[in-house]
Amino acid sequence: MSTQVARVEEKLFQNRYLVDQGKPHIVVQPHTTPSKNLLAMTKICPAGCYEQNASGQVEITPDGCLECGTCRVLCEPQGDIVWNYPRGGYGVLFKFG
Amino acid sequence: MIEERFDAIVIGAGMAGNAAAYTMASRGLNVLQLERGEYPGSKNVQGGILYADMLEKIIPDFREEAPLERHLIEQRFWFMTDRSHTGMHYRSDDFNEERPNRYTIIRSQFDRWFNKQVQAQGAIVISETTVTELVSDAYGKVIGVRTDRSGGTVFADVVVLAEGVNGLLGARAGLRPTPKAEHVALAVKEMHFLPRETIEARFNLHGDEGVVIEAAGTISKGMTGMGFVYTNKESISVGFGCLVSDFAANEETPYGMLENFKTHPSIAPLIEGSEVKEYAAHLIPEGGYKTIPELFGDGWVVVGDAAQLNNAIHREGSNLAMTSGRLAGEAIFQVKSRKDPMTKQNLALYKKLLDDSFVMKDLKKYKDMPALLHTQASNFFLDYPTLVSKAMENFLRVDGTPKIEKEKASVRAFRQKRSLTGLVGDAWRLARAWR
Repeated sequence: MSTQVARVEEKLFQNRYLVDQGKPHIVVQPHTTPSKNLLAMTKICPAGCYEQNASGQVEITPDGCLECGTCRVLCEPQGDIVWNYPRGGYGVLFKFG
Repeated sequence: MIEERFDAIVIGAGMAGNAAAYTMASRGLNVLQLERGEYPGSKNVQGGILYADMLEKIIPDFREEAPLERHLIEQRFWFMTDRSHTGMHYRSDDFNEERPNRYTIIRSQFDRWFNKQVQAQGAIVISETTVTELVSDAYGKVIGVRTDRSGGTVFADVVVLAEGVNGLLGARAGLRPTPKAEHVALAVKEMHFLPRETIEARFNLHGDEGVVIEAAGTISKGMTGMGFVYTNKESISVGFGCLVSDFAANEETPYGMLENFKTHPSIAPLIEGSEVKEYAAHLIPEGGYKTIPELFGDGWVVVGDAAQLNNAIHREGSNLAMTSGRLAGEAIFQVKSRKDPMTKQNLALYKKLLDDSFVMKDLKKYKDMPALLHTQASNFFLDYPTLVSKAMENFLRVDGTPKIEKEKASVRAFRQKRSLTGLVGDAWRLARAWR
């Protein structure tokens, strides 16, 4: 697990981002136990943005988000997360795409 | 931000949005195009292959200026097991023609160029602007958009939703559902840079010739997915994608699957020593014909990936996007020329044009394929590639076993794994879905 996290961080390091400080575009709703899909995001998120904390809740740090929408498809309908695009000009800035 | 009313607002500057905006602006309509990226193209991701025919219908002489990478002269389909691949290749010098049919492109660069052509036709393009909401009147007709710029409400007769596969606006306005996990694939991709001579030597290419490798098999670990390798001029796009529902049901990470694909003994030598300069992820619509939503309504149309217009079997998306954008633009122009209002009834012309085009005809042809491949993933992506590989090895390895016994062993392996009824059933289902 830890080696995979290290690897995805290496990958994200290649990318350019303009992070909208203090305004995360994806927010995980408060919960005691994560739903199956929300927990799955700790594996599926291609940017490794989702992590489970020591007390079992799933948290997100969307700074490295690739804005693919996978978590929106899996978690938004059940209300696990609130998903918006970053403000105009912010977020991932692809050079090649 | 702009105290003006437009004939049309186009949301998004991808293939569909650019095609729609170009078509309308070149016919004299007053068009506003909004893009959330720092420039048009900076949020766009594709493998990616450009199909010339569909762009020629919009910009006939695009080859003179567009940033194209390589024209494709060879296609390799690989069935992979963990240590082998069985390939079907097609290479032809006929693809070295004056006006080649397919090119590899780098989307951020290509889309930026495409959008410059849109602007040259007179459309107003504003980047770094995220549309947050569609604005409707009391009767539910879409009359404009709200953006994240201050005072950012703009009005138009019609809004073209070219917001991509993960478009929020249409879904939030209740115009179409959010895609389901079993109807979208998640693909991740890296850009591997190498000197162009190295790429040409490794792939047996001259000049600007290019190759595509598309690979399926045990590399997706029983999930519905595939890997790809596209040659650009000085880089190689290497990617891997699987259905989101399959990812959700398994413990695999997308980057882990990509690493696994990259280290496959058939792939690793092709990208050895490269410098990776970008890592991207994107969803791909995979649901096909049966998941196409309502395409038009009072004051709006939806085009491209946002409308699920993607041919997963032929891996065509950008051409369906361009064509749907162009036809939406033409329909809007015709309604406008007749001085008719942009009502649902009048905008039905867009659907009619799309139905008459290859877009809907192709998607209809394969309407049953997604369900077949998605529900029988382990047969098609694990069992058959393994059986084919064993049969090939058996055929080629010379070890003194009489050929008749080798042949019987291969047939037995197929029958044991899938049973005769299973084999016949799979062939029957595949043929039915294909027809």
